[in-house]
Amino acid sequence: MLQSLLSPDFFNAILRATTPILFAALASSVASKSGITNMALEGIMLFSALFGVIFSAMTGNFAAGLLLTMAAGGAIGLLLAFFVLNLKTDEILAAIAINLMATGGTVLLMLAVSGDRGSSTSIANVSAPKVVIPLIDQIPFVGQILSGQNLMTYLSILAVVVMHLFLYKTPLGLKIRAVGENKNAAESVGISSRKIQYIALMISGVLASMGGFFLSGGYMNMFTKDMSAGKGYIALAASAMGGDTPIGGFLVSLLFGAAQALANMMQLTDIPHELIQMVPYLTTLVGLGVYSYAGLKKRQKLAGK
Amino acid sequence: MTCLEKNIVLQMNHIMKIYSNGVVANEDVSIELEKGEIHALLGENGAGKSTLMKVLFGIESPDEGQILLNGQETSIRSPQDAISKGIGMVHQHFMLVPSLTVAENIILGVEPRKKGVFIDMEKAVSAAEEIAQKYNFDIDVRTKVEEIPVGIKQKVEILKALYRGADILILDEPTAVLTPQETDELFVQLEKLRDNGHTIIFISHKLDEIKKICNRATIMRSGRSMGTYEVKDISTEDMSRLMVGRDVVLTFEKEEAKPAGVILKVRDLSVRNAQGVLKVDNLSFDLQGGEILGIAGVEGNGQSELINSLTGLNKSYQGRIFVKETDIEKSSIKEIRDLSVAHIPEDRMTSGCAGNLNILENLFSNQYTDPEYSGKMLLKVKRIQARSVELIKEYLIKCRSFRQNVGMLSGGNIQKVIVAREFSTGPGLIIANQPTRGVDVGAAEFIRKRLLAFRDAGCAVLLVSADLNEVFSLSDRLAVMYKGKFSGVFTNVADVTEEELGQYMLGLKHQEEQEGVIYE
Repeated sequence: MLQSLLSPDFFNAILRATTPILFAALASSVASKSGITNMALEGIMLFSALFGVIFSAMTGNFAAGLLLTMAAGGAIGLLLAFFVLNLKTDEILAAIAINLMATGGTVLLMLAVSGDRGSSTSIANVSAPKVVIPLIDQIPFVGQILSGQNLMTYLSILAVVVMHLFLYKTPLGLKIRAVGENKNAAESVGISSRKIQYIALMISGVLASMGGFFLSGGYMNMFTKDMSAGKGYIALAASAMGGDTPIGGFLVSLLFGAAQALANMMQLTDIPHELIQMVPYLTTLVGLGVYSYAGLKKRQKLAGK
Repeated sequence: MTCLEKNIVLQMNHIMKIYSNGVVANEDVSIELEKGEIHALLGENGAGKSTLMKVLFGIESPDEGQILLNGQETSIRSPQDAISKGIGMVHQHFMLVPSLTVAENIILGVEPRKKGVFIDMEKAVSAAEEIAQKYNFDIDVRTKVEEIPVGIKQKVEILKALYRGADILILDEPTAVLTPQETDELFVQLEKLRDNGHTIIFISHKLDEIKKICNRATIMRSGRSMGTYEVKDISTEDMSRLMVGRDVVLTFEKEEAKPAGVILKVRDLSVRNAQGVLKVDNLSFDLQGGEILGIAGVEGNGQSELINSLTGLNKSYQGRIFVKETDIEKSSIKEIRDLSVAHIPEDRMTSGCAGNLNILENLFSNQYTDPEYSGKMLLKVKRIQARSVELIKEYLIKCRSFRQNVGMLSGGNIQKVIVAREFSTGPGLIIANQPTRGVDVGAAEFIRKRLLAFRDAGCAVLLVSADLNEVFSLSDRLAVMYKGKFSGVFTNVADVTEEELGQYMLGLKHQEEQEGVIYE
């Protein structure tokens, strides 16, 4: 067991498990920074997992499939924004509606497209390729981790950097943070908070859809019913625990990814698999508990000052 | 300043603003600003200063009147529009983003860029530093706003306006949140701004500050302008008279008070607000049954804190409060109410009623546990409905039925619902905070008469009001609150003139010895 924990395979498993959570955590952080909780991540990921398979198969090209999926994800983000900002729906209720629609809608769509209810095995899927980095792949141990990952995994790490620069170094990022923190202040200098929140939710939808794309075009090679399996919610927790910053979200996503990888590995042991499957969710619960407790202590300390 | 010829930068002529609830906030108000002056806009809360400034800053549009900017007629459609026309406003509640730095707050919305994509932070910092230096503001622009004290936050707000090219600066009660030292510092900077050719509108009701820094003052009262004066030519006494005079003298047929034993006893009460500022300062007084004690004063002198402590809304105070011999320090709000205390709160929408509930539900929100109206498990709906109908009739509440949501009623009718609820329990002590504010004349008259009727029936009434008419005509004893203390207490209300009262309200006068505060 210990030996397998130290093998490159295990670290690869961590990165693979981290990728979808990381995309969704970034999606959550940009929405949260603009002042809206995007709980529809789960539904957007599930929709995108199916769209990814369909669009890739239709175009016969993973890149075209990815771009179309991202567009669809952005559109769902805009739909959420329309409900919340124009129709003044409660953001949680609107998200639940989208998530429920995804659960039923994906099965219906799959049935229509492939004639199958459980998975999309009958569709010839084109997945994102693995990337072998020359030279680096020659390094023992480290090379096996740094090289040979799925393209989406590299994109997710690139997205951390891009989102960090976007939120903290660009005018639009500054506006998003200003709107999320003090809407009146932003409005008072002529920033349209509605426009900014629309943009933030669209970006959020695009990022979440990339996570969904990876589920069916990298992590697995097909779409299966309910395959997002709560990763959108775990990502919400990861983003919150990371202070809604891209880098914080990345670190917490790694932790949750490790928990997922550990659970996968423990399935080879004698421990009942029902218990093992609890590990990622239990980690989230414990993580949130620790995070909230630390926040409480911090507030108490500030109040006592 | 001796101007050979006046250089008028802004004129607001005959501004009229009536809000949709019928309140006339501005009635034929005119004001004229000269370039490079500090112009005081003086008046009590509710006198219409804020509305006039909202019109100028594009937040409200006037119903009548014109605005001339540098001699050109103009219309200001939004704050953004006002900013682009060189008008800046420093709001009383700061419009800053705490987690951003000073520089980021200053450039927010007008960010300098580099490579087309990124914020040019160096340029932002140097621009912010440059403007801070130009006006002698000693600020580290790289600090986060959440880490700087209130006085500096205000400077950031001023810099924000200057960075956007403001020639006319509106400061809404800028000294309300400042310490005396910070105030002095602010004044030095305002003078510097004035000498640089900026025009400043200084909203305040602190006469000493106006004397100190302003060139001219426009005084407002009940939505109207009482004229513009050279500050050096007008005495503080005259200013206070213009500011707090009565418009119409109300008279009520009032019987001699028949005091019937102390009901409310307050001893050495001190209250600090959330920021740690002492708002009620070692206050002691008694209130008997059968009398009305009026508390006058400019808002923010501790009245709200006093009332919140008396009614159990605020529990962190020093000193003791007794209602009918019971120390209420450990009592819940319900326990205090069970001592037959009724409370008409200051803000009817936030703490007076539940706008989304209907009239019946609001009327019974303080007595739904009364066995008269509640069985063991279920409410006695028939009885409650019958009583609601009675109360609606008795208190002349204009509505379609008791099923109508309270939030849909007019201000006066909402207040009547609250008054009906509070009075229907047969109170022994009524604590009424601004009971007739924003209420139409008829409803106000009705509420005042009710208060008098309760007093005649032996009820003790504590009346806090900014309306001088009201405190004059209702009170048996009258106290003026200034900076958390009673600056004056008058046992014979008829002997006090409104000028005198105004001087006590504004801290120009102070009684050394007070009689008739405590009955012992």
